[in-house]
Amino acid sequence: MASTTQGGFAARRAARSGGRDQLMGPVGMALLYTVLIGGALLTAFPFYYMLVTATHRSTTILRLPPPLWFGDALVQNYNELLANLPFWNSLFNSFAIAAIHTILVLFFCSLGGYGFAKFRFPGRNGLFAFLLATLMVPGAIGLIPSFIIMRNLGWMDSWNPLIIPGIANAFGIFWMRQYIEQAIPNDLMDAARIDGAHEFRIYWNIIVPVIVPALAALAILTFIGKWNDFFFPLLILKDEAKYTLPVALSTLRSLRGTEIGVQILGAAGAIMPILIVFIVASRQFMSGLTAGAVKGG
Amino acid sequence: MATQTVPIPQRKASDRRVMLKEARRNAWAYAFISPFYLLYAVFGMFPLLYGVWLSFHEWDGISPMEWIGLENYAKLLVDDIWWYSVYNTIWLFFAATVPQIIIALLLAFIINSTYIKGKDIFRAAYFAPIVASSVAVALVFTYLFGERYGLLNSIIGAVGIEPIDWLGSRNWLKPSIALVTVWQWTGYTMIIFLAGLQSINQELYEAAKVDGAQTRDIFWSITMPLMRPVILFQVILSIIGAMQTFDIPVMLAGGTQSSAPGGTDRSGLVAMINLYWTAFKYTEFGYAAAMAFLLFILIIAFSYLYNRWQGQNPTD
Repeated sequence: MASTTQGGFAARRAARSGGRDQLMGPVGMALLYTVLIGGALLTAFPFYYMLVTATHRSTTILRLPPPLWFGDALVQNYNELLANLPFWNSLFNSFAIAAIHTILVLFFCSLGGYGFAKFRFPGRNGLFAFLLATLMVPGAIGLIPSFIIMRNLGWMDSWNPLIIPGIANAFGIFWMRQYIEQAIPNDLMDAARIDGAHEFRIYWNIIVPVIVPALAALAILTFIGKWNDFFFPLLILKDEAKYTLPVALSTLRSLRGTEIGVQILGAAGAIMPILIVFIVASRQFMSGLTAGAVKGG
Repeated sequence: MATQTVPIPQRKASDRRVMLKEARRNAWAYAFISPFYLLYAVFGMFPLLYGVWLSFHEWDGISPMEWIGLENYAKLLVDDIWWYSVYNTIWLFFAATVPQIIIALLLAFIINSTYIKGKDIFRAAYFAPIVASSVAVALVFTYLFGERYGLLNSIIGAVGIEPIDWLGSRNWLKPSIALVTVWQWTGYTMIIFLAGLQSINQELYEAAKVDGAQTRDIFWSITMPLMRPVILFQVILSIIGAMQTFDIPVMLAGGTQSSAPGGTDRSGLVAMINLYWTAFKYTEFGYAAAMAFLLFILIIAFSYLYNRWQGQNPTD
């Protein structure tokens, strides 16, 4: 109902009426900012607490009041973390799996999205409706059979079950279709066709360079999802050397007597790399995400 | 053929050439979209059907499967622990989703107003928790929730409230799980709502103001009706997600190697924890498959009921 064609109009309006609303006095404004900033601080606080606690030993953490400023045990915690957990190995596994998966997702989902956006083939609507319907099917029901399939394929303790199944997924194809449909004029492809280029060449040489913003947002979403994936890796990975970070971290919770600071440092090791990437890229990412969500919603 | 006049075969030939060209182009399109259908057949559809078939069997994962008909379902219907885990799941859905939707709507409205500066910073700050691994987040919150030395208890202690055993008592484990879930997901929901708000035509607001409408009237007569499909869609997605929640509950309730799944008195035992233990610790694969299928039915039922209640189609 709220169509995208109104977007430009709304933006112009918003730019014009950039002034303060007459209904909102200074007190109201102060209240709004208090709510916003208070909420943002509450949201950010656990991250801060994590960084602080990672620099303390249990003896200083288990004290009243608990420490709210950095301690000096970071190096000690780090050495102990490495003794308890193949941290860098797990980090590498997580990174490699997420990166390979993401690259494949970008390729297959943009290809599928392009297929749905710019071709009028028989059965198109039915196939697309089916694709959308699979989005509503909860993954949990297929979990046990998937595990058994992977076992029968000899894929236990392998990266394949974590990388392959989702590379052409409904969400990604839907996302790319929405973008390609309205970002690429048909003339662009027609011109290339007259020049005799075949369809894959058109996709690779003409479409891909134009859809980089949508690819970037999809890449970040996919990478984050895979990096944090827990349940399926937990079922598949049995050898500690193959663990991804979340699986490795989950074992820490069960080790009684592990230093608190060490556990929290491990958690920080899983969170910080991706949080830093997010903060650096947040402006582009958030605008890409919001634009995509509008088209998607 | 030979007796026909020249222009007709010519046109036919060109027709055929166009058709051939179109067929070739369609073949490319089918090739482009085929990976999804191939992969879904193997890793989506097949597990789904296989799971249903499995639920009619007794199987420990190693010995031959034994067909037992509906026995797993009959057992499940009177399994108190299963229904308690379903109850916990639904409890957590309400406790985590309702506040999340309300807070997210409120924040989205504030950030969307034209006179707020620094929108980008607020959007990013609220979104940040969702990029963090749930397992790592739960690990951090485990110590924030500590009974004797946890920060949360120090804070409520400062205003004279007795310390609470957040993760160790049957009454507080679920609220703690809900709290962490709200912390992690509210920003994401807010971004979805914000996108919805930004797609509302500003002309409508202008027209309403010209007609002398109050802010409150504009909110209830324009914003909310137009936001309804977005909220509806988000709630349905929340139902699907919440019924399968696992990471945060399992970590806060003692971890994946705990001998007491779901924590004290199983108060944090959600359906997926129950399913995980049944399949992979007690190796009752058939029984767990029946749980999965029943969970699927429940998800569909709740989505349908909510949709009926709201009287609209979720795909709108």
